[in-house]
Amino acid sequence: MTKHTISSVRAGLLSKEFSAVELTRQALSFAEAENPKTNAYLSFSPERALAAAERVDARIAAGEDPGALGGVPVAVKDVILTKGLKTTCASKLLENFIAPYDATAIERIEAAGGVIIGKTNCDEFAMGSSNENSAFGPVRNPVALDRVPGGSSGGSAAVVAQGTAVVSLGSDTGGSIRQPASFCGIVGVTPTYGRVSRYGLVAFASSLDHIGPFARNTRDAATLLEVMAGRDPKDATSAEAPVPSYAASMTGNVKGLKIGIPVEYMKHATGETADLVNASFRKLQAMGCELREISLPNTDYAIDTYYIICTAEASSNLARYDGVRYTTRSQNSGTLSDLYKNTRGEGFGAEVKRRIMLGTYVLSHGYYDAYYKKAQMVRNLITQDFNKAFTEVDAIVAPVSPFPAFKLGEKVNDPISMYLSDIYTITGSLAGIPCMSTPCGNTSEGLPVGLQILCKHFGEETMFRLADAFENS
Amino acid sequence: MKLTEKEVRHVANLANLNLTEEEVAKMLVDLDGILEHMDRLKEINTDGVAPMSQVLFDAGDTASLRADVPMPSLPNADALLNAPQPGQGYFKVPKVIERS
Repeated sequence: MTKHTISSVRAGLLSKEFSAVELTRQALSFAEAENPKTNAYLSFSPERALAAAERVDARIAAGEDPGALGGVPVAVKDVILTKGLKTTCASKLLENFIAPYDATAIERIEAAGGVIIGKTNCDEFAMGSSNENSAFGPVRNPVALDRVPGGSSGGSAAVVAQGTAVVSLGSDTGGSIRQPASFCGIVGVTPTYGRVSRYGLVAFASSLDHIGPFARNTRDAATLLEVMAGRDPKDATSAEAPVPSYAASMTGNVKGLKIGIPVEYMKHATGETADLVNASFRKLQAMGCELREISLPNTDYAIDTYYIICTAEASSNLARYDGVRYTTRSQNSGTLSDLYKNTRGEGFGAEVKRRIMLGTYVLSHGYYDAYYKKAQMVRNLITQDFNKAFTEVDAIVAPVSPFPAFKLGEKVNDPISMYLSDIYTITGSLAGIPCMSTPCGNTSEGLPVGLQILCKHFGEETMFRLADAFENS
Repeated sequence: MKLTEKEVRHVANLANLNLTEEEVAKMLVDLDGILEHMDRLKEINTDGVAPMSQVLFDAGDTASLRADVPMPSLPNADALLNAPQPGQGYFKVPKVIERS
């Protein structure tokens, strides 16, 4: 189980080494047995998984292709709707919520033969950088159990690192895929904004939310993205742009590729993280890439910009959790107004409340221009920084996080310090460009460090070509 | 301090969020620190810069619109499955209008 890739599953199925049903049973029992170590899964879906596996076996028996993800065990972050299965958003408010329909990404995965085996833990409503904001307990990093797996998609990163799923889905608003991928030593991809439909992704900050894949190598991540990508009439923000063959882009040849190193990112990087990232730059140079320093001058303002925009959008998106339609309901409310206030006060966790408050404040009368509108203008400047850089370079490389996985509890009482851990991932999210984390070595304590690769809008092919070549060199 | 306790209570009310006394006190300290950090944005000159409310990429003007064709919506029974208090095909809430 722990060694499987999408291609090894395919080879095993086609050579009759195992059936999809056998692999699914094995994956489920292994994942359930391992889960107490990390708390990465919140629920398992054996019935749905076995039904999907039976369809794959039937395809193979009929001489048909099993599909791009045929028989592959997939785990899904619990903010993505899966019909008939619990989708809790790791919130007490939704602990009994059963999704009435499937997200488009889920429909596409199953149509390609993928087997959804369970739902993964995360920060409540995807708000956090350590997975400690889950109402159902934190996730432990499988690489070092006393440390966080990163967040908010901590569970989805942990299951792939632990080998209890082959690939998984996360969501990324400001780094929630890349940062946990780097902390757990795997590949995590945030595609171009609009590349993957968000229909059925529980909204946190709509102008920033993405669905993206986790995998143990770039090829698997690219395959999963390709299955999910493309226009969806149910999501008006999904892009019309054609979906290329990512596999065809991974030629192994990166000679002459122009790569930018943003000086603003490297001035904060210290210690072993900086050493490993700098070593990666030398490796890229040895592979034939042309490296040059570039400037993204508004980088220092990204954190503030992001936390204004994302909390503003969150305060609006989370207004729907009012105790009327699909959440638990406070039992002590005589009036409708009290019902809303008590349900939300009792149901939301501390970080979600903090963000709703901040977002409501920055949108409120007298502060809208000073905070929200100002942040939207700075967001434009940050995007222009990238657009300008991509007229000179094909890709940008940088650290993912200023430090490797930290200890559980280390930052939990200091929201600003927690927010600052997103410093390198937030800029790409604000611009809506594709970015990913790929492993670039371990610290002396054995903690993984990720290298971030960023490309221009819809530049996934270049990003995967570089990541794949880097991984195999 | 940028914020007052009164403002925290006002914002909580706008957000329909009941906070305990301890939460109000903690929120005051946390939000104050975060807002002070955010004030750094004032350093940047944004004269003439358009606010960016959505990620933009090259596409036709109506590319995001689909044909206006009626499609089945979520059946009533399915929509009520997660309701804390369904009844008669509706969501029940405490009475908001008194009979005179």
